[in-house]
Amino acid sequence: MVQEIGRPAPDLSLFRKLLLMNWGLIAIVLAIAAIGVAILYSAAGGQWNPWASRQVARLGVGLVVMVAVALVDVRLWLRYAYLIFGLALGLLIIVDVMGRVGGGAQRWIDFGVLQLQPSELMKLALVLALARYFHGLTLEQVGKPLMLIPPLLLIGLPVVLVLRQPNLGTAMLLAIGSAALMLAAGVRIWKFLLVGGAAAAAIPVAWSFLKDYQKRRVYTFLDPSQDPLGAGYNILQSKIALGSGGIFGKGFLNGTQGQLRFLPEMQTDFIFTVLAEEFGMVGCLVLLGLYVLVLTYGFAIALRARSQFGRLVAIGVTTQMFLYVFINMAMVMGLVPVVGIPLPLVSYGGTAMLTLLAGAGLLISVSVHRDVEIPRWHG
Amino acid sequence: MPSWKDKDQDRGRLFGRRAALLAGGKLLLLSTLVGRMYYLQVVEAEKYQKLADDNRINLRLLAPPRGVIYDRNGEVLAHNQQNYRVVVVPEQISDVTLALDALSEVVEVPDFVRRRVMRDIRRKRAFVPVTIRDNLTWEEVSRIELNATSLPGMQIEVGLTRAYPFGPGVVHAAGYVAAVAEQDLTGDPLLELPDMRIGKSGIERQHDQVLRGSAGTSQVEVNALGRVIRELSRDEGRPGKAVTLTLDMGLQSFANSRLATQESATCVCMSVPEGEILALASHPAYDPIPFGRGLTSAEWQELLHHPYGALNNKAIAGQYPPGSTFKMTVALAALESGMISPSQRFSCPGHFEFGDQRFFCHAHKLGGHGAVDMEMAIAKSCDVYFYNVALKVGIDRVAAMARRLGLGSPTEIDMPGERGGLIPSREWKKATTGDIWHQGETVNLGIGQGYILTTPLQLAVMTARVATGLNVKPRLTRALGGMPVDYKPPEPLGLSPQHLAVVQAGMHWVVNRQGGTAFNYARIKEPGFEMAGKSGTAQVKRITARDREMKNTDSKKWEWKFREHALFVSYAPIHAPRYVCAVIVEHGVGGSGVAGPICRDVLLEAQRRDIMRSGGMKIAKAD
Repeated sequence: MVQEIGRPAPDLSLFRKLLLMNWGLIAIVLAIAAIGVAILYSAAGGQWNPWASRQVARLGVGLVVMVAVALVDVRLWLRYAYLIFGLALGLLIIVDVMGRVGGGAQRWIDFGVLQLQPSELMKLALVLALARYFHGLTLEQVGKPLMLIPPLLLIGLPVVLVLRQPNLGTAMLLAIGSAALMLAAGVRIWKFLLVGGAAAAAIPVAWSFLKDYQKRRVYTFLDPSQDPLGAGYNILQSKIALGSGGIFGKGFLNGTQGQLRFLPEMQTDFIFTVLAEEFGMVGCLVLLGLYVLVLTYGFAIALRARSQFGRLVAIGVTTQMFLYVFINMAMVMGLVPVVGIPLPLVSYGGTAMLTLLAGAGLLISVSVHRDVEIPRWHG
Repeated sequence: MPSWKDKDQDRGRLFGRRAALLAGGKLLLLSTLVGRMYYLQVVEAEKYQKLADDNRINLRLLAPPRGVIYDRNGEVLAHNQQNYRVVVVPEQISDVTLALDALSEVVEVPDFVRRRVMRDIRRKRAFVPVTIRDNLTWEEVSRIELNATSLPGMQIEVGLTRAYPFGPGVVHAAGYVAAVAEQDLTGDPLLELPDMRIGKSGIERQHDQVLRGSAGTSQVEVNALGRVIRELSRDEGRPGKAVTLTLDMGLQSFANSRLATQESATCVCMSVPEGEILALASHPAYDPIPFGRGLTSAEWQELLHHPYGALNNKAIAGQYPPGSTFKMTVALAALESGMISPSQRFSCPGHFEFGDQRFFCHAHKLGGHGAVDMEMAIAKSCDVYFYNVALKVGIDRVAAMARRLGLGSPTEIDMPGERGGLIPSREWKKATTGDIWHQGETVNLGIGQGYILTTPLQLAVMTARVATGLNVKPRLTRALGGMPVDYKPPEPLGLSPQHLAVVQAGMHWVVNRQGGTAFNYARIKEPGFEMAGKSGTAQVKRITARDREMKNTDSKKWEWKFREHALFVSYAPIHAPRYVCAVIVEHGVGGSGVAGPICRDVLLEAQRRDIMRSGGMKIAKAD
């Protein structure tokens, strides 16, 4: 076949790759992260410590990781997709065993210098593994129910392990994100409806497996006013912060709910309420707008990628980003139960930041290598 | 045959459609977020704004300064003193022991204080100041301030505590303040302040509402832990109003010093016809200050079981048989009834036979008083005369006159804790003992003995009414918050002036003429200051026939608590009465000899001070 004019060579120089990177996307990511640092500064009562300064340091590390991930040829990601998945799954199992031996919930592996949360790694590993699997299937093959067994196993194993931690939020994120990826890969819609219906039917069974504190979260979600000082405190105070912010907010560093520490976990899961209180609905819409821009970039990158693997990775990462944003915001606004999902790039916390920036790196990698054509059987 | 690329294009097209579907779904979900934002931040914004304010704004009450109590001349009887205390904020120090060690090098920190501080620090939140020592002297405050750099976390705080410049000297009238008890809570939020003190006795209690003022408020912003971040607004409230008493502290101090020589005594001095209490002394007294800080159990027990009843305000709550000071009442009852004329004489052989009972006159050892008319009977306090008269006039008329003169029921002076005394009657006896009234009891009542009980204040009122013929009523409050309290001049009692004159002449003779019982003891010799009066000696223990056989009738030799009470009532100056005075010396034995001189001195002092005032000599201090 004749190569079309203007199409870059499959193997790009490092310099060209840097030029091809989506600097606009990176700018938006930085803008969101900057807002996050500002809110952390405010949440600490106008102090760099303890949160804002460390968040900046993490952001620096995360950006390096992002660029590194972005520069790696997408074909390499394809080649090592199953390996990475296997590694992540192995770590999840180790955590599970350690947890059972050590007693109590266990989510971390402590490497001394670095604490690794395998469930975070799994978020990306699962996207890579599913993308690779569906990359290798024709549409006819996708249509065959038997061909869906391997991906369901790919999803089911980590979801069960994460649920056992127990980490309902991440499990949901994995399951729903994977479903979106499969939908994009061409799995028939009626199959989703079928599984959805079955899942709905299984809710009563699942309920009995929930831990007490998880049940309490659901009860609290259904009626937060029942226990205003106990379990309902978080959601009530968070709604007060949001609502009292009004349209324009109380001004930077002037949020009473945040500054006076009525807000629980305001530096992590509830950080959105600090923003909402101090900058009002306008501030909320600005942040939401930035997220929408990131998602738009994600979709654009997915649509422009010439390989199915690239498309699926892009859509998978984008969907995950969306789920973070939606679940976190819906949670603090009292639309869904409190499940412990941070606000991406804004909440204080190193692991989530690293995962999200690595995800963005994957997105950019897909974009940089969008014209790389990869045969179905490549791998 | 289609290449793998064509097949990939199929997948690409389907992916495009599916991606659009996903994007649409996401947009839909994100717009529900926007809708929710709109609902919370625009529609319900006001409600949540209010909830946020409720969260952060705490209303704190500020105790208003308590009103000052003045005497009639502007002398301060009770006021507020700044109380300096050193407090420590636990979160500002790293080691409590070291901090206390550092402080103890500057001021004394006893071990029990240390223990209490340690306990308080454990109990309270780290930012709540814990008092280490209060009532610091100015010197101690300076030493702490000088060493402030080596005392981190220590602060000097200023509070107000009630102070009584005259201490025990006026405690029975002014009263004291103490911490609010459970049963004092009325819903006034002020009462729930931890440092709040309210009046528990005397004027402090009588006018507590006036003195208390109303609470100020301070709106403070607090954080979720309750720590105050800043003050948003402040309303100082209304300070308590001043109360001015009719009391003359100079005279009160004088009376105190005169009573101080006795074990237990009381004195009421009152102006007539206004009824203004000038001195209200009850000895012994007690220090009001410890009540403010809280008495220890031992201190309380000691006061409660004080041998001479220090806590008891004997002037208004002590109840005594009036003894011979009751004779004016009997005399007036007799004269007003028309059954006895002033000149009518009764013979006194020293005793009075009634049925199988023999009633003695105090002059029985001298063979009696002989024939006595009313004036002489009062002057010499002839018991036999009054046995006869009382029997003739009857219990009902005597009791009615007693009430008319203010005995037997509370005088309604503006003070808490007043007792009513007792004027016996047929109905009363029937109701309480079930027995009928015996004539012998009327005989006994004729000399103020038996069931009858009166308070010193009532005796003063009775004397005032006898001296003026007016319905004098006592009062202790002159002005509230600078506004004089209502005063209506007393109405005439409706007693005949001639009858009053007879009794007054008898009282004149008691003091000022040879043969009067108090002539040798209680005469005011300064011209123009002369007083009239009446002595009384009230039996506590009945003198039995056996006592008489054993010649054991001199009660000075008895155990203190069985000795007779010494009473004296008087007014001065004689012809235009301005002051009355009643003195009771518990178990003091001699009415004329013990109570009389005190009465005389107080009345003389009252008149002297009057002259000093009218003569332009300023005693009054500026407010």
